[in-house]
Amino acid sequence: MPEYQTFEHDVLVIGAGGAGLRAAIEASAGGASVGIVCKSLLGKAHTVMAEGGIAAALANVDERDNWKVHFADTMRGGQYLNNWRMAELHAREAPDRVRELEAWGALFDRTKDGRILQRNFGGHKYPRLAHVGDRTGLEMIRTLQDHGVHRGIDVHMECTVLPLLKDGDRVAGAFGYERERGRFHLFKSKAIVLATGGIGRAYKITSNSWEYTGDGQALAYHCGAELMDMEFVQFHPTGMVWPPSVQGILVTEGVRGEGGVLQNREGKRFMFEDIPELYKSQTADNPEEGWRYCQGDRNARRPPELLTRDHVARCIVREIKAGRGSPHGGVFLDISWIKQKLPNAAEHIRKKLPSMYHQFKQLADIDITKEPMEVGPTTHYMMGGVRVDGDTQMSTVPGLFAAGEVAAGLHGANRLGGNSLSDLLVFGQRAGKFAAQFAREHTGSRIDAAEVDQAARRALEPFERKGAGTEGPYQIQHELQEMMQNLVGIVRNETEMLRALEGVHKLRGRARRVGVHGNREYNPGWHTALDLDNLLTVSEAITLSALERKESRGAHFREDCPNQESALGKVNTFVRKGPDGLMQVRREPLAEMRGELKQIIEEMK
Amino acid sequence: MCMTRLSDLPLDKPVTLEPMKAFPHLRDLVTDVSWNFRVKKKIKPFKPRPPDAPDGTWRMAQADVDRVQEFRKCIECFLCQNVCHVLREHQKHEEFIGPRFLVYAAALEMHPLDTEDRTEELRQAHGIGYCNITKCCTKVCPEEITITDNAIIPLKERVVDNFYDPLGKLVKLFRPKAQK
Repeated sequence: MPEYQTFEHDVLVIGAGGAGLRAAIEASAGGASVGIVCKSLLGKAHTVMAEGGIAAALANVDERDNWKVHFADTMRGGQYLNNWRMAELHAREAPDRVRELEAWGALFDRTKDGRILQRNFGGHKYPRLAHVGDRTGLEMIRTLQDHGVHRGIDVHMECTVLPLLKDGDRVAGAFGYERERGRFHLFKSKAIVLATGGIGRAYKITSNSWEYTGDGQALAYHCGAELMDMEFVQFHPTGMVWPPSVQGILVTEGVRGEGGVLQNREGKRFMFEDIPELYKSQTADNPEEGWRYCQGDRNARRPPELLTRDHVARCIVREIKAGRGSPHGGVFLDISWIKQKLPNAAEHIRKKLPSMYHQFKQLADIDITKEPMEVGPTTHYMMGGVRVDGDTQMSTVPGLFAAGEVAAGLHGANRLGGNSLSDLLVFGQRAGKFAAQFAREHTGSRIDAAEVDQAARRALEPFERKGAGTEGPYQIQHELQEMMQNLVGIVRNETEMLRALEGVHKLRGRARRVGVHGNREYNPGWHTALDLDNLLTVSEAITLSALERKESRGAHFREDCPNQESALGKVNTFVRKGPDGLMQVRREPLAEMRGELKQIIEEMK
Repeated sequence: MCMTRLSDLPLDKPVTLEPMKAFPHLRDLVTDVSWNFRVKKKIKPFKPRPPDAPDGTWRMAQADVDRVQEFRKCIECFLCQNVCHVLREHQKHEEFIGPRFLVYAAALEMHPLDTEDRTEELRQAHGIGYCNITKCCTKVCPEEITITDNAIIPLKERVVDNFYDPLGKLVKLFRPKAQK
């Protein structure tokens, strides 16, 4: 029987990014003993990659802003598929969550009168993003990390959870391994918060780092929880395309917020050509007005570069496919042109976009104050995920909570930039609070030793597989990423997605025969082999959900069904494991929105 | 260092990669950096002054924030810790917190809202005196934080002001509750 070490916590938080840390802090404040598991080192979560800022209607820069406008913006961005209760709570509570970060030591950029400065961002009506240059996510994670370590939270670093364990219907614990020595850990806990982030590594070109293999979504799915809206994968319009080693790394929307323009190889600013009806009244129709908007002119409308991400991404794909792309298969993003407008443009760019300046200088040898960048779409964010209750963040499995990117609901069919960091804070806090409450109200649960033993044996199987018919994990991972990129990417159709579904089943068969070499200490091949099941599970869920939604909406675009279907605008897509162990997909009508919220949306149209 | 480009190296010879030397070696290029996380916990946390406005918020000028924002760029790669002689050569891990955490302490000490005093610990437990400002840390910082000049030297000055300045001591005698 494989050995393992046992840990006991009232609340176990899996994932130590913004949502996980915020949940851990809140659960601890609620009197629970808390353990937090990070797949990597503490403070290295993908949250640090968020550059733009935290969306919160503080109204420091434009006093016309308030939670209602933020709510309406979020719903419009999500094409009204959002869980409206989450959108409401998010808009109402985000300002307090931001102010709280300041009380814990975060240092945001300031207005002239010394308050938190806010900037413009795509889809937000008013300047709303509290930010720190272009490294807001780092500021946030460091603030939460430094605040959290003084709260007596047990941190399990470089630890990956394999299955969740249940006692009857209820979640009872988790089983995993630590990377360093490859030893097994058993976590017993009364409540679990999933905060594992996204699924970017299911695609070839992604802004996500190695950890983001859909662990939380897959753990929840196998444990009986429902997943929702999995067809909505956000492709960020601007990732780096050159050199190859940095392909996919994010180029912040802040570049466009500061006046950066998208051009094709003919030098044409192509975004003016295709402005969707829904946004026409809010979008500038000439470059001059767009520039005035970026300069803070409150009467100007935003430039078309700041339209929603799905739209900008598709426009870029269109330019590239039409042969008007840049030399390395992207388009040009130019901020250097503002030297025609500002006397000290170079200095201004370095001050406003320090990390971007640094990133291009170091990685691509390009000085963004002098020349344009080459950019193209990159898999960035999963709007779908674990179905949760809007107030408590509990999934359909009692005791299992989810917050942040791994949870679904807030963003609907598409997420506005800046709404992810606020999502982490608002729902991290809520998940932590209600997980602690759940732990208080329930006694400890029982864990089946045989189940643990089986999980351990299954994890060790790749070491035992040898000889003909076995292969390493990397080829399978690579083929899956390539396939999802090509067949279930930005532009989808039924024929290709059916091929992808078949591909997932074939790859799953091969994944069952994966063999690895070496021992359990720091063995990346072994870890990749164990991640494969999660990648395959989320890939199947994405493909099935995308097949089910026979229309184009938000981030989900089908060339075989290019229009919105009003009937499908009233349903969410759900995925769960059927009694036969196969994945089932179904639709369910949206919950009826409260009258006052409907009215807000009408007023803000 | 981690940002070296392969194209800048003579590729007719083998390129040697070595694990960080200031920390215990685990396997291949992997070292155990957990000491850093233990050290951070020992530094007194942020303690803000009471809010400036009735709504519980503070007012700060951008100029005051700028100085600290430089330190908060740190991504905790620990390269500065790795090249610091005090840690790398002399293994003074028990007596010296290293450049990363001097930057961290500086960010707290110079935070416009912070009211805590960390100079006593900096002088004793954190061993700031060990740093002989060779600036190796500054050179390797991938975030280009001016570690020595902007963080460590001002902290050393604070320690000197508080503990080794006879005139200052005299002044403090008459102004016992000197504000930070």
